[in-house]
Amino acid sequence: MAKHVVAAAADIPPGTRRLAEIDGRRIVVFNLGGKFYALNNRCPHRGGSLFHGKQTGLVESTEPGRYCYSRPGEVIRCPWHGWEFDIRTGQSWCDPARVRARRYAVSVEPGTRLVAGPYVAETVPVLIENEYVVVEA
Amino acid sequence: MNIEVRRPERAAKARIGIIDCDIHPKSSLDDLRPYLSNRWWNYLQTYGQRQRHGYVKGFPYPKSQPLACRRDAWPPGGGLPASDLDFMREQHLDSYGIEWGVMNPLSPSGQGEQNDELSAAMAFAANEYQLEGWNKRDPRLKASVIIPYENTEFACAEIRKRAGDRRFAHVLFLSRTSELLGKRRYWPIFESAVEAGLPVGIHVFGYSGRPMSNTGWPSFYIEEITEHSASLQASVASLIIEGVFERYPELKIVLIEAGFAWIPALGWRLDQNWKRMKDEVPHLRRAPSEYLREHFWVSTQPMEESEDPDHVIEVMDWIGWDKILFASDYPHWDFDDPFRALPPGLTEEQRNKIYAGNARALYRFA
Repeated sequence: MAKHVVAAAADIPPGTRRLAEIDGRRIVVFNLGGKFYALNNRCPHRGGSLFHGKQTGLVESTEPGRYCYSRPGEVIRCPWHGWEFDIRTGQSWCDPARVRARRYAVSVEPGTRLVAGPYVAETVPVLIENEYVVVEA
Repeated sequence: MNIEVRRPERAAKARIGIIDCDIHPKSSLDDLRPYLSNRWWNYLQTYGQRQRHGYVKGFPYPKSQPLACRRDAWPPGGGLPASDLDFMREQHLDSYGIEWGVMNPLSPSGQGEQNDELSAAMAFAANEYQLEGWNKRDPRLKASVIIPYENTEFACAEIRKRAGDRRFAHVLFLSRTSELLGKRRYWPIFESAVEAGLPVGIHVFGYSGRPMSNTGWPSFYIEEITEHSASLQASVASLIIEGVFERYPELKIVLIEAGFAWIPALGWRLDQNWKRMKDEVPHLRRAPSEYLREHFWVSTQPMEESEDPDHVIEVMDWIGWDKILFASDYPHWDFDDPFRALPPGLTEEQRNKIYAGNARALYRFA
């Protein structure tokens, strides 16, 4: 797996996401409160584009009439059939044992290290004074 | 917004043409205005529409996605999903290599409108707009004859107007009519469709004015969307048991967006009871399941998703490999991706029939 520079860290502020293309694969990169996560953009259920989904939280219930909403913004809901995935792990909420969105390792690297390589950065100009989001894919 | 569109090479990969039997183009009332008289335009401005559904504005059950549409189907240039032909081509028709599409407009179309004359005027306008706004610009898109089905006389008149016009694929009902569809008040409509050489499509939804279930109003959208098939079962049984197919042996019915796994069970149950109660319905000369298999076609979406995909194939086998039509339901949220929706165990011949062969034989598009 190669490491790919997908964006300057400042270009994906907390709470936002960005669609990156790496060797023909579409990968959606999320910033959750300053930490970055990457999932394959293709929903493992039927192929909807997760990037176009709604970022939401987790609704749970211990019994009818009691609801708990937690982890706001940490769940991505597919724009087609509404399947939900944990952005941190790619785990499916409705079929966690069998269905998972492919997840990729992400790191933030200073421009100084990237210039030294071995990173692929065809489309993102790298300045040594900035920080960059690097996806391993 | 950055909209992802499938790359064109995917369409080139599709080895066979696809006929999509359920596409929902969206129009506005303004789009229909050129085809409405001043009388009805002013009426709509002053009084508006009155559906068979009391005291509710908007959907009685809020949908799981805005306007029940895919969140990626909102055109980048603005407007509602499936209101922009260029974007529909880019995202759907061209990217999947759709050879023909059947348009089933849901609203505004005047169907189920309480004022019969307004219902007829709006159905006429919606039919004209399908031709002028869509088919003329992209002849792959075939129109439905929208009919004001609660008024038999007006519905038949609209069908006669469109008879012989090959731009129309079928006559369109919504499933939740004010009475069960086999009742005699609807028979002249079936007769007109047969005379015009058109199949009759029944798309789920519409508002009958009654609860979705036979036992009151369900609480949740998940119940509403699941119970469309249960609600349609009653009308399918009614069509068979009332003798509609004895009277109109050439009548062809297409069930759209109703699912289909329930069909064999309905056939078994009807047959079992018919053997015991033939004398109650002596006008039926064959077992109910025979009418079911001969006169009904089904569309695929929402495709049944079983833990074991072979179960779905067994159901398809019961219904008949000549009777299953591919449908995507674009642009709605429960859209089926043409390249991924069908179960993997189908033979090449079965796939070809479902994707296009059966629709080509039924609709005879040219």
